[in-house]
Amino acid sequence: MVILKMAATAIKSLFSRPATLMYPARPAKRTSATRGHIVIDPANCITCRSCQRKCPSGAICVEVKEKTWQIDRMRCVTCNSCGDVCPTKCLTMDPAYTAALTARGGVYKVSVAGPKKKEPAPAIAESPKTE
Amino acid sequence: MSKQIIIPFGPQHPVLPEPIHLDLVLEDETVVDVLPSIGYVHRGLEKLVEKREFTEYTFIAERICGICSFIHSLVYVQGVEQIMGIEVPERAHYLRTIWSEYSRLHSHLLWLGCFADGMGFENLFMNSWRIREHILDELEATTGGRVIQSACKVGGVRKDISGEQLEGMLFRLKDIKKDMHNITSVFLEDSSVKHRLKKVGMLSKQDAYNCGAVGPTARGSGVAIDLRETGYAAYGKLNFKPAVATEGDCYARCNVRIQELFSSIDIIEQAAKKIPEGPIDVKITGAPNGEYFSRAEQPRGEVVHYVKGNGKKNLVRSRVRTPTFTNIPPLVMMLKGCQLADVPVIVLSIDPCISCTER
Repeated sequence: MVILKMAATAIKSLFSRPATLMYPARPAKRTSATRGHIVIDPANCITCRSCQRKCPSGAICVEVKEKTWQIDRMRCVTCNSCGDVCPTKCLTMDPAYTAALTARGGVYKVSVAGPKKKEPAPAIAESPKTE
Repeated sequence: MSKQIIIPFGPQHPVLPEPIHLDLVLEDETVVDVLPSIGYVHRGLEKLVEKREFTEYTFIAERICGICSFIHSLVYVQGVEQIMGIEVPERAHYLRTIWSEYSRLHSHLLWLGCFADGMGFENLFMNSWRIREHILDELEATTGGRVIQSACKVGGVRKDISGEQLEGMLFRLKDIKKDMHNITSVFLEDSSVKHRLKKVGMLSKQDAYNCGAVGPTARGSGVAIDLRETGYAAYGKLNFKPAVATEGDCYARCNVRIQELFSSIDIIEQAAKKIPEGPIDVKITGAPNGEYFSRAEQPRGEVVHYVKGNGKKNLVRSRVRTPTFTNIPPLVMMLKGCQLADVPVIVLSIDPCISCTER
């Protein structure tokens, strides 16, 4: 009897916990493999610009002279293509999703060490600013 | 003869997940002609192939569609690999097969939910999507993405599934199978669902063949074409039969997809048993010089990717022919002569994916 089958499912659902995660009250599910957002270790970046060349959405911009690395979180598609090609492995994927933005241009910019490895410049992480 | 009127259906309609516009020519309540028009979500992804390196285009090919994403990237990399003559390791072939079948499962469960919603069976819709969530969890745990997996690359795959993970997946698949039996029996046996689907949207075998129907739309009319039988990836080494129903109505198309759900689970189990150890990718050098038509079976039918390179980093041409595009002429055939109230169910029965269609 199909009607009874559906009724059984309905009654079971009535007395069981919701199948959905009560998201803001409970943290979202994440696995270690989840691609949330890219993080950079500024001390190891040698500004080789491989990540900029390999980015399919053109979200990354590396300034070699100014020694800065910036990413537009709005453009980033979290494919981890940059993390794959990074020769010093300073780009890694963090499982946490970034917060939604209210305006275009959530650009995240950091000063990086640059190619000279002898004296790594102090990493100054600037807060996300709107262009 | 009564007076003819035209009713616009879409691009915004409660049953349509994506925008397609149909002009329905009605005589009383009967549809006598249909004029489809597309072009609401064109994004120019084929042109983008000239601006991106061929390895990076994998991620863009994947974003042609949000549901059958994995198979799009698979077909694209197959095309490039064939041009460059790359031998992909055996393990990568098996992993691609497993993820293809997982994406087929999630696509079909999504469709079953949308279809139930189109019929007005809200409870069934929620239950189908509850099962789909478990499939998405598996995809996220193994590839890192729920719907955009980004697991394929030219020369192999980017992620590996460990033996323990695979065992856990198979274990959970048994529970999913049990839940699916519950849900699908309602689709196939419930009298109200049957009443809504049987003898609705008839497509004869000859019409399906002549109009170029693909995938479950063709198989629901008795045309047994399944691209997986050509043996791409690891399908050649696995044992399965295309699901076929002969009635040619909405019920038959629903039946075909439900059979495919279970055959997908069977394929995953077979692949998990046979998967060999070894590397998952090979290093690639150079760039593709030549052209290739690559084909594969998506949840919606046959997809064709045409890629052409000239020995440089950027390809010169990419062309995609997606299953929904070829299923629009059969849809027009089905709609002629039906009642206006049946139009939403018939449109949904081909599993329309308009973002695919327009690229």
